[in-house]
Amino acid sequence: MTIKTALMGAVASLALAPMAMADGHEGERGRDGDLRIIYWQAVSIMNPYLSGGTKDLEAASLVIEPLGRYDPQGNLVPYLAAEIPTVANGGVSEDLTSITWTLQEGLLWSDGTPVTSRDVQFSWEYCTAEGGGCAQAAKFEGVTSVDIVDDLTVTVNFGAPTPNPYGPFMGAQSPIIQAAQFAECLGPRAPECTDANFGPIGTGPFVVTEFRTNDVVSFEANENYRDPNRPAFATATLKGGGDALAAGRAVLQTGEFDYAWNLQLAPEVISDMSEGGVGTPISAFGSLVERIEINLTNPSSDLEEGIRSTAEAPHPFLTDPAVREAMSIAIDRELLVEIGYGQAGRATCNLVPAPAIYASDNTACLTQDIDRANALLDEAGYADTDGDGVRETADGQPLSILYQTSTNAVRQDFQALIKEFWAEIGIETELRNIDASVFFGGDPGSPDTFQRFYADVEMYANNFDGTDPQAYLGAYLCDKAPRPDSQWQGENINRFCDPAYDAMWAELAQTGDLNERGRIGAALNDMLTADSNVIIPLVDRGRVSAHANTLGGVVLNTWDSELWNAADWYRAAE
Amino acid sequence: MTDPMTNMPAMSPPRAVPIEKARSQWRDIWAQFRTHKGAVWGLGFLIFITLFVAIGPLIWDVDATKTDIRNKNMRPFYTLLWDSEARFTWVKPLGSDNLGRDVLANLMQGGRTSMAVGWTAMILAVVVGTLIGVLAGFFKRIDGALMRFTDLVLSLPLLPLLLVMMLLFRDTLRATFGPETGIFILIVVAIGLTSWMQTARIVRGDVLALKEREFVLAARSIGTPSRRMISRHILPNVLSPIMVSATLGLANAIITESALSFLGLGFPSDFPTWGKTLFDSIQYMEEYPERVIWPGLCISFTVLAVNYIGDGLRDALDPRIRGQ
Repeated sequence: MTIKTALMGAVASLALAPMAMADGHEGERGRDGDLRIIYWQAVSIMNPYLSGGTKDLEAASLVIEPLGRYDPQGNLVPYLAAEIPTVANGGVSEDLTSITWTLQEGLLWSDGTPVTSRDVQFSWEYCTAEGGGCAQAAKFEGVTSVDIVDDLTVTVNFGAPTPNPYGPFMGAQSPIIQAAQFAECLGPRAPECTDANFGPIGTGPFVVTEFRTNDVVSFEANENYRDPNRPAFATATLKGGGDALAAGRAVLQTGEFDYAWNLQLAPEVISDMSEGGVGTPISAFGSLVERIEINLTNPSSDLEEGIRSTAEAPHPFLTDPAVREAMSIAIDRELLVEIGYGQAGRATCNLVPAPAIYASDNTACLTQDIDRANALLDEAGYADTDGDGVRETADGQPLSILYQTSTNAVRQDFQALIKEFWAEIGIETELRNIDASVFFGGDPGSPDTFQRFYADVEMYANNFDGTDPQAYLGAYLCDKAPRPDSQWQGENINRFCDPAYDAMWAELAQTGDLNERGRIGAALNDMLTADSNVIIPLVDRGRVSAHANTLGGVVLNTWDSELWNAADWYRAAE
Repeated sequence: MTDPMTNMPAMSPPRAVPIEKARSQWRDIWAQFRTHKGAVWGLGFLIFITLFVAIGPLIWDVDATKTDIRNKNMRPFYTLLWDSEARFTWVKPLGSDNLGRDVLANLMQGGRTSMAVGWTAMILAVVVGTLIGVLAGFFKRIDGALMRFTDLVLSLPLLPLLLVMMLLFRDTLRATFGPETGIFILIVVAIGLTSWMQTARIVRGDVLALKEREFVLAARSIGTPSRRMISRHILPNVLSPIMVSATLGLANAIITESALSFLGLGFPSDFPTWGKTLFDSIQYMEEYPERVIWPGLCISFTVLAVNYIGDGLRDALDPRIRGQ
């Protein structure tokens, strides 16, 4: 891209501006000048296979692309592939052990050479090469071979039936890299190929022109990009560093940048900044859910170690579904969202709030109902017999619980509010907050980890990687409960155990059809939440980014890179 | 010198005016103390803040931890002076935080905890520090052992030590004394036992110097036993460094408690202290500066007041300065 054509593009876009507005911002490539993006975590490498950092994955997504991506709803969209292979169209074998991808015809790398099935096969070889530390190895787990069928077709073979075969070559984490460029960089030599790692040859809308580690990356439009009218920007600058507050100001208040990533700020702060009218905060939701987990076992310190908080000692009253339901409906989730997350949160009753096909339609918990909660507890026989405002069980034990979470301003606010909600239904709550590095540290020797769960209820957030919740739901199987002989490891921290749940999960693991998977996934979700209230979901936490009002075409996506559709971005009129 | 009550005044230079009546030593000290303006102000403030946190909650009878979402983010009354449209209600004269908790009630309730922790931990540290310092300075035989022990404790990193203490004792103390008293004891002991070393070193140094002075030699020559030697001759003379380290210790204890609560090692989150109120408010500093300013002022003025009092006391207790 020369300056002359860039200028001509700019002139043309000025002349065509009214027309462009009319026909959806189409025009020739490079018409809109420079795109300025700020990531408050600076980019350190452009090769996703050598870095797990989100900022690196997303920067790389401007240059190198996978066969298919996820759209904002979590659906699969073909990128380099001609279509998404499924069992229905014959791309995935009936026994779920192989998937066959076909590349689009006529694809070129940014250096002008054609993209072939060898590049796809090489990408797998690169990540699984002996002696290399591939950051995305999990994506290729279970892959036994990648076979070239012809120039445009490859088959990925799995060692066992894989109902979700979209791990390899889907999404920002496993893009296709050029075999010619990385041929000498296999295994232990991968980090030595500095030029390739900092400026990979790609198929994406942009090409790296200058890479300054942990500072600025400069791009120009890819002349060989498959759509001749895209990208709309002739150059792009990705600046890194600073903090979320400064990044937010640069887009929302001063207008120095067009796009700011991941603004983890208090809702009041973001809304104050966006009042300037220079930019707009946008939010999108993934699968991150802030929830209260209920301990079905007894954490009392009177019990000896080894029995405390294990299945051998059932909890005196939290094993009663009525108590758990009362605790759930006593919470005003809308208020929690307003206090803690604003635009970046929404009330939810689901453990798996997305993607759409897995999301159950639970809404029963969304309205706070103190009266019904009280009625439930009355019916179940918990009455306040000694007049101290706290109910007791039939054998006189007060409904007094210890509520722990990690140290975090928003979580402590939530604790204060929920303590009051529960006080209204006669449940007394003692609060405890634990330093996050200890709480999530997983040290089997520490009594304060979330797995050890020496408390009656605890609150934290969790999500799942990618769009398939199978492994995530599998965490609540009977045998995944943390206990002394598992070194207190395991994700089933409620010590939930239901043979019906285990059976249904086994069914999910053998089902290939997406709609059927969705139905089973939603049913499993309901067994944990709406039906039993073992997990009390509170807030579906989204991500907030911001774009300048002059930047059009931005669609925030939490399932893939935020820059997934940067090719479609354009300069909008003020 | 065996009886300071009668002999101390004799140490001052002879005066032209004859002594009218017997003057008590403490009256002299008070007279000297009053000449130190800062100390008098400091004492005044300390009395005020103590009454504020002790009697305040009886008058301003509001639950400090009660949330009140409808009245959240209220401004203090004085913002009306420059901003007549500020959100304000007389129910919350100093405003409310983001959950509608009353700031004034929080200051009082938080002050109770902070002051209690500060004083108790300080007294504990000073007692331990003085004891070890005097013993090490006075008895040569145990000097080495005690000082190596001091070095050992000094080299222990505070936070990991506290983590371990929390781990070992929290559940037991919680079961015995309840969550709040249990944590109170734990924090006071933890802070007290990790901050006595400076006092011990300073006191030992002074005692070593004093031991060689003539009046000590004189006292020893008339057969004063060690116990009396320490209580009559040594201690009164090392009172000023003890006072200074006590004032620093109080400030240190209040600040350490804040840091601990912030890390989640201290009091439960619904138990306000000045330090925690301050930390919780930092992210709202730009919008609602008062939430940071009030607890901040409370901490710094209390610490400053105690420092001034210490300064005044040191001057007043030192017979060489007194009366000049």
